[in-house]
Amino acid sequence: MQLRKVMEKDQDKILHEVTQSEYKYGFVTDIESESIAKGLNEDVVRLISQKKNEPEFMLEFRLKAFRYWQKMKMPEWAHLQIPEINYQDIIYYSAPKQKASGPKSLDEIDPELKATFDKLGISLDEQKHLSGIAVDAVMDSISVKTTFKESLADLGIIFCSFSEAVQEHPDLIKKYMGSVVPYTDNYFAALNSAVFSDGSFCYIPKGVRCPMELSTYFRINAANTGQFERTLIVAEDDAYVSYLEGCTAPRRDENQLHAAIVEIIANNNAFVKYSTVQNWYPGDKNGLGGIYNFVTKRGKCAGENSKISWTQVETGSAVTWKYPSCILLGNNSVGEFYSVAVTNNHQQADTGTKMIHIGKNTKSTIVSKGISAGFSNNSYRGLVKVTKNATNSRNYSQCDSLLLGDKCGAHTFPYIEVDNKDSIVEHEATTSKIGEDQIFYCNQRGIKTEDAIGLIVNGYAKEVLNKLPMEFAVEAQKLLQISLEGSVG
Amino acid sequence: MLSIKNLHANIEGKEILKGINLEVKEGEVHAIMGPNGSGKSTLASVLAGRDMFTVTEGKVTYMGHNLFELSPEERASEGIFLGFQYPIEIPGVSMVNFMKTALNEQRKHKGLEPLSSSDFLKHMREKKELVELDTNLTNRSVNEGFSGGEKKRNEIFQMAMLEPKLAILDETDSGLDIDALRIVANGVNKLKSPHNASIVITHYQRLLDYIIPDYVHVLYDGKIIRSGGKELAFELEEKGYDWLKKGITV
Repeated sequence: MQLRKVMEKDQDKILHEVTQSEYKYGFVTDIESESIAKGLNEDVVRLISQKKNEPEFMLEFRLKAFRYWQKMKMPEWAHLQIPEINYQDIIYYSAPKQKASGPKSLDEIDPELKATFDKLGISLDEQKHLSGIAVDAVMDSISVKTTFKESLADLGIIFCSFSEAVQEHPDLIKKYMGSVVPYTDNYFAALNSAVFSDGSFCYIPKGVRCPMELSTYFRINAANTGQFERTLIVAEDDAYVSYLEGCTAPRRDENQLHAAIVEIIANNNAFVKYSTVQNWYPGDKNGLGGIYNFVTKRGKCAGENSKISWTQVETGSAVTWKYPSCILLGNNSVGEFYSVAVTNNHQQADTGTKMIHIGKNTKSTIVSKGISAGFSNNSYRGLVKVTKNATNSRNYSQCDSLLLGDKCGAHTFPYIEVDNKDSIVEHEATTSKIGEDQIFYCNQRGIKTEDAIGLIVNGYAKEVLNKLPMEFAVEAQKLLQISLEGSVG
Repeated sequence: MLSIKNLHANIEGKEILKGINLEVKEGEVHAIMGPNGSGKSTLASVLAGRDMFTVTEGKVTYMGHNLFELSPEERASEGIFLGFQYPIEIPGVSMVNFMKTALNEQRKHKGLEPLSSSDFLKHMREKKELVELDTNLTNRSVNEGFSGGEKKRNEIFQMAMLEPKLAILDETDSGLDIDALRIVANGVNKLKSPHNASIVITHYQRLLDYIIPDYVHVLYDGKIIRSGGKELAFELEEKGYDWLKKGITV
């Protein structure tokens, strides 16, 4: 009850606070960066590895990935229209200049950087954190600061930048990196594996419940730069962690590329909850600029009774190509995918999930809510695969699409493959238009049309928003409201 | 308070209202009766600002404003409330949140601070008792899965919450059993004051056993063809509408 009260209070605050429809994270930080030249070849891959002072196994991994990528072609099966991307016209490494490499204390961080994250609502100062969230802040190609690292270490939890993990915990990286998403997986996974520059690493030892939310905040700042990061989360037996990811980028007229990989491993009885609020710059009203967001996210329920739950709120990016998936390997393991994807103006999203049932008695739930407005296109694409040995497995999928206006599109591409007879797979899908009746009903009670849409859309997405941790739920509600402003009328 | 002069309105070119005249003063209760298709609901919708109807002629003044210069939400904030004949469902939006948003938007319009959570909840508790509304209904999504009677009662609850100056109740009695009818009528009667007014649109005389109108108007083919006191309602109940229609050339 207490929580509900807080939620309602926040909802109210949102409705009052949010008045401008502009993308409010579009500012650029004027900070000196160290960038390498545009273009991609083996030397660039070597240079990135060298800049990060990586051990030999990392360079080998990168080179193998790069050579594999060179032989691949960009996938064309998604319901997306993407102009040809010139991979030689992108900067693959750009780092804000810092006094020392890998700053340890807050004082060593450039005040401009601190100010940037403050402005984004992400405080790097542990003292200012009341909400119990540990943050790894990533700007362009590198991690700027990871908070609460020491107090988490007391519990045996490792939470640090990926680069640091490569230096400090090479065995864990060697063991798990690429074990869920191999570099051969797809075009963007191969590209990322070749040139990724940083990201977050999180390891929860056996039997530990992580006491605070862990989060990574990704910020693209430099122009013409691609961001390629990796996140790797390992939860040992009986461990629990809730992980959050947020992202923003400046408003720029040219498109920028973001190709990330997230890998999750959940061992016996482990539970990993991964939440994303994706708010990359979506481009302007006419479709100029914006981030191309090509992300491979996959979790492996390796142990028995393990569980991985994805929740995503996708409001940003010009193009989104993303399918957070679960491989349900352990018997009785559980996979969940809750998604709200909003597209407005000329945005395009092709997003969904894959649930691969391999263990016996495995369960998966998919709830996808698409909201399209303006001239945008929004597709759900999902695969539910139940293998022969995954007896007595269950899946429930629900895909709803909400259309605002008559120039936008909503599409559903569900793929279902079931190879045994005693599993149950259910799929429900609805498409609806936001009713003028509903808007008028709100108007008649004194609620303006913009606010009415915010209210109706938040109601429609509630089932998913409720899955988000508190802090994020509030942020997400605001975002839904902002993303759709100006979409009707 | 409300002055309607020679109001004409159409939908997709088809004229529905053909010259309505009506004066409503503070403290008054007006009943508008008439057979199906006579334009009763259209009149309610036009007053509330539904844009599917086009006003072609006439003037409506409300509290000194030209009503047609106000948006639907401004009309609401200026105190016009429409009790819908078919209340709309809004899945996922709780009644509490909906009412709080509406009430605070209206307060903002009047230059008032939003109500604090505790004041709002207190206000809501009082009004719920007034219309004998089940506590659970306010925790559910707006009208979602409500029975017909619950929806109507919920309209009266919203009216109680928003304390309008002019309430227009569009066939609030249709589909109600006698107990629900009594509760709805009680709610309306308790909210009556010398400073507000209501227009009760109804098909049957039945509701007027509970809500005593000061004036009764008969709407037929887009015009008010007869006005009178409450006794007119009894006459209609007895004789039907036909005796009135006879004198009219259509």
